[in-house]
Amino acid sequence: MTDVVVEARGVSMSFGLVQVLKGIDLTIHRGEVTCIIGPSGSGKSTFLRCINQLETLDGGYIMVDGQPVGVKIKNGRLEAQTYAEAARSRENIGMVFQSFNLFPHMTVLENVCEAPIRVKKEKREVVRKRAVALLDRVGLSAKAHAYPAALSGGQQQRVAIARALAMEPRLMLFDEPTSALDPELVGEVLDVMRGLADAGMTMVVVTHEMGFAREVGDHLIFMDNGCVVEQGDPKSVLRSPQHQRTKQFLAKVL
Amino acid sequence: MNDITSISHAGLVTGDGIDRALLLGRPHRHHGLQWLTAGIVLIVVFLVGYSLVTNPRFEWGVVFGWFTSQRLFGGLLRTLELTAISMAVGIAVGVALALARLSSNFVLTAVASFFVWLFRGVPVFVQLLFWGFIAAIYPRISMGIPFGPQFFSVDANTLITPFLAAILGLGLNEGAYMSEIVRAGLLSVNRGQTEAAKALGMRRFTILWRIVLPQAMKIIIPPTGNQTISMLKTTSLVSVLAFPELLYSAQLVYSANFKTIPLLIAASLWYLLVTSVLSFGQFYIERHFNRGSAKSGQMSALARFAEIRRLWTSKEEVRP
Repeated sequence: MTDVVVEARGVSMSFGLVQVLKGIDLTIHRGEVTCIIGPSGSGKSTFLRCINQLETLDGGYIMVDGQPVGVKIKNGRLEAQTYAEAARSRENIGMVFQSFNLFPHMTVLENVCEAPIRVKKEKREVVRKRAVALLDRVGLSAKAHAYPAALSGGQQQRVAIARALAMEPRLMLFDEPTSALDPELVGEVLDVMRGLADAGMTMVVVTHEMGFAREVGDHLIFMDNGCVVEQGDPKSVLRSPQHQRTKQFLAKVL
Repeated sequence: MNDITSISHAGLVTGDGIDRALLLGRPHRHHGLQWLTAGIVLIVVFLVGYSLVTNPRFEWGVVFGWFTSQRLFGGLLRTLELTAISMAVGIAVGVALALARLSSNFVLTAVASFFVWLFRGVPVFVQLLFWGFIAAIYPRISMGIPFGPQFFSVDANTLITPFLAAILGLGLNEGAYMSEIVRAGLLSVNRGQTEAAKALGMRRFTILWRIVLPQAMKIIIPPTGNQTISMLKTTSLVSVLAFPELLYSAQLVYSANFKTIPLLIAASLWYLLVTSVLSFGQFYIERHFNRGSAKSGQMSALARFAEIRRLWTSKEEVRP
């Protein structure tokens, strides 16, 4: 058994009166690529955002690398983390968004260098060297001094991946990374993600790309209506789903 | 023109009575209405100009004599000083108020809202009078433990000089207006920017200072330039506190020599001149904070002028 990176038990969350997560139990192991699929509104993105505290849980707990997320135990009492404590735990979790969210007022290189310099207080030259190497890895060293607005969607997303990797995270979260892309640009982003998976990065990927889930994924989770309906080896789940809801969903998207 | 049409003639449909060769050209423009308006404007400009030159009561000699005088120049410097300090105070107060308004702390939000309500609701002229007459309300200003020992105590009139009263009146009033401008700027930045910064582990201050504020500046700068220009002229209200800024300096002169109109014109010319310089500066600041955006959406008049000039000169260069 590989060691556990994310442990979620009974995770529930509501937006107002709408309960979007209804008791999620999940375990994610080191070096694995976990793909979460499901219809829109099933709560898969919300669950992902709970892992790095962009959303706050209403019930249950999540542990990342053996540390509880968003809370701490002090003198036998459960207390909320301070902003600084939450920020410190986010340093080790990279996240890639559907809408890229690059900083538009900074060049590509500045986007990648910003967090290591400001947050980890690393030396400028060290970060710069690492950033250049990362941009080379995502195939964008030629665009280092361009502003995000001058890049295609696929290029922006690859920069966003490099920006997250610059913090040297132990876990990478991908929130529908190719959903906002033109079809012909999806491949270049998936290629970068595949390279990352091959290098042994622990990844949680919310996606609609069933091909990626089948070929790259080690574990597949199907969510519907705030619950984990079915999970297992991607190839077998995609080939012979057990639950009615999974069958219906896959019949529509495959 | 001839070579373009002859090249394009090949393969044109003919026979339906519509001349395709003509269609290849650009439509002829009629400028009749523009000539008419130009004519009317010219007549008005001539009449105004004629009266400016021939009406002896303008006393242009006196105007330009005083325009560069030591006394008006000193007043101008104090006006610029007042404008700069009041705007600095206004921006600082405005940023603080905007952050308080947007915070999740209800007490802070309420206090900031009350401040904006009060200082935006009372005319700045009245506020200046209150600060000027502060000694009538609080003759002594002291610092220490409430109802306990005082560390120091000072006469209000010594502490709140006309200059400080002006800064307080103008700066706090400006802060109320600036807070709305800054708040709009902060709200204009996409939520995804804050989320991306959070996900990278950035602390609150870093997110504000490095990510949100620089992007908000694009929204904040144009109205702030407007406020600065407005402030330049609002400082003339300070003449009521007998602080010798530009207008009061002019008033001091004409109350002695009775050349009222020429001195008001001389002061106005300075206000116009400084406003022009400020507009010019605004253009460059806006351009700086627009970096990274594919195309600056709305252009100020000055930016448009620069753009037209650029297009015009490049067109000229292309022509043989």
